Amino acid sequence: MKRFLSILILIGLFSLASLGFAEEAPVSPSEVEQAAAAPAPTVDTGDTSWILISSALVMLMTPGLALFYGGMVRRKNVLGTIMQSFIALGVMTILWVFYGYSLSFGPDIGHVIGNLDWVGLKGVGLEPNPDYAATIPHQAFMIFQMMFAVITPALITGAFAERFKFSTYLVFLVLWATFIYFPLAHWVWGVGGWIRNLGALDFAGGLVVHISSGVSALAAAIFVGKRKGYGKEPMMPHNITMTLIGASLLWFGWFGFNGGSAVASGSLATSAFVVTHIATAAAALSWMFAEWKHRGKPTALGAASGAVAGLVAITPASGFVGPMSSVIIGLVGGVICYSAINLKSKFGYDDSLDVVGVHGVGGTWGAIATGLFASKAINAAGNDGLFFGNPSLLVNQLISVGAAWVYSFIVTLIILKLLDATMGLRVDHESELAGLDHAQHGESGYVL
Amino acid sequence: MKKIEAIIKHYKLDEVRDALNKIGIQGMTVTEVKGFGRQKGHMEVYRGVEYEVKFLPKVKIEVAVPAERLEDIIKVIQDNARTGEIGDGKIFVSNLEDVIRVRTGERGKDAI
Repeated sequence: MKRFLSILILIGLFSLASLGFAEEAPVSPSEVEQAAAAPAPTVDTGDTSWILISSALVMLMTPGLALFYGGMVRRKNVLGTIMQSFIALGVMTILWVFYGYSLSFGPDIGHVIGNLDWVGLKGVGLEPNPDYAATIPHQAFMIFQMMFAVITPALITGAFAERFKFSTYLVFLVLWATFIYFPLAHWVWGVGGWIRNLGALDFAGGLVVHISSGVSALAAAIFVGKRKGYGKEPMMPHNITMTLIGASLLWFGWFGFNGGSAVASGSLATSAFVVTHIATAAAALSWMFAEWKHRGKPTALGAASGAVAGLVAITPASGFVGPMSSVIIGLVGGVICYSAINLKSKFGYDDSLDVVGVHGVGGTWGAIATGLFASKAINAAGNDGLFFGNPSLLVNQLISVGAAWVYSFIVTLIILKLLDATMGLRVDHESELAGLDHAQHGESGYVL
Repeated sequence: MKKIEAIIKHYKLDEVRDALNKIGIQGMTVTEVKGFGRQKGHMEVYRGVEYEVKFLPKVKIEVAVPAERLEDIIKVIQDNARTGEIGDGKIFVSNLEDVIRVRTGERGKDAI
């Protein structure tokens, strides 16, 4: 079964690749007409520099996430956990090139998905595509967006940490990206996508990245089941220092994530950069103080988790809000996410590394906060939120949040059900006791 | 000859070592250990989940001594390892059959 599946996937990928190579299409007549009508867009070197640097920054977030998660598991699972994030760089990159970018950003079909015109990056060249970014090469936009597709499914892995089978995970990556990430990215950011048309705002991926992964994490935590010994054995983080290094890399990379989402250098990128930092600082403080008051000690893990919660919360709003709004978004984000992770044990599911509490809840708060704090004074292309006299944006935000929640939850359940019936989701009992590092990868994270 | 095994707090190790050095003790073995006594463990909280840490880290020093010096040495260890708080540790004393210096083959007291 396993072999059959992998062969099937390989054949699928190769046939797609050959599609792409077969047609090094000459410029189509319609493109010539367009070019004649509008002044040809030119590449701006400053914008291009910033987007390429931002792409590299966002790339670094995935290894950062690997360390963030890796420190929180027990030492026998450190490599298995790191590997689940790291290998997303491999799988998602290839998917993105073969058909992911085309499904996400390619010419629209029925407001729900892109078509296959850009399969194999056919037609995605070095000329700008004014639909998305008029001053940078189309490939710069493509590679920037690729890094988002890489990190998003990796975020989910925290929900089923320490027990998921690696071979199944690879297929999960392919299915989840194909049926959840690519459609969602199209709905929200693709030209013709229905959420984009609705007028809901998501600057850097509150919906596409954080709600999608956070809600899928909830479905996964429930469906995959608890770790052996959960609630009975101690499952303390084995290396909080590693987790803090990871959180710091996430914070650093996030400047590209949000700042780069301006898809140009200049004032909007600066504004997004600034509010990203402010909200993160505020949330690190508010989580720390909330925990200090509630539990008596300000923990390093709490400060790091608060920072990530702040980064998540500001993400959808980062291109639309000013500095003081970002302070509030961060402060509230830290406290809400801290409360959410404390509720987890009451619900009884084992979302091992709190993906739901941080990304699902933080992303939802961020999307709602965008409907409250957005201001045209910050970004004329955006809209005013409730606090700036426009209640309709909040309604649109709520509709988009609801759609992302329902879609991500249901489709993730279907994918997991399918994988459970074919490949099996969890490692066997012995392997779970021995740890993923030894059982799945034949390695040890630490020699001493 | 006697063997002393003392379980003490980490941060008392240097004081004990220096004090033993001063009264002419020329060697010891140190091991990082975990355990519990009356102090029991403590609670740690990670993201709202409480874990009981049942074994606390301590340091074990082992010293081989001539029987006639035993009481002096016990006193030095006790004086220097003591804080007065619960969790200061314990000193175990046992008989030691023989000691052999690997390089020369000396035995007994001469090898200590």
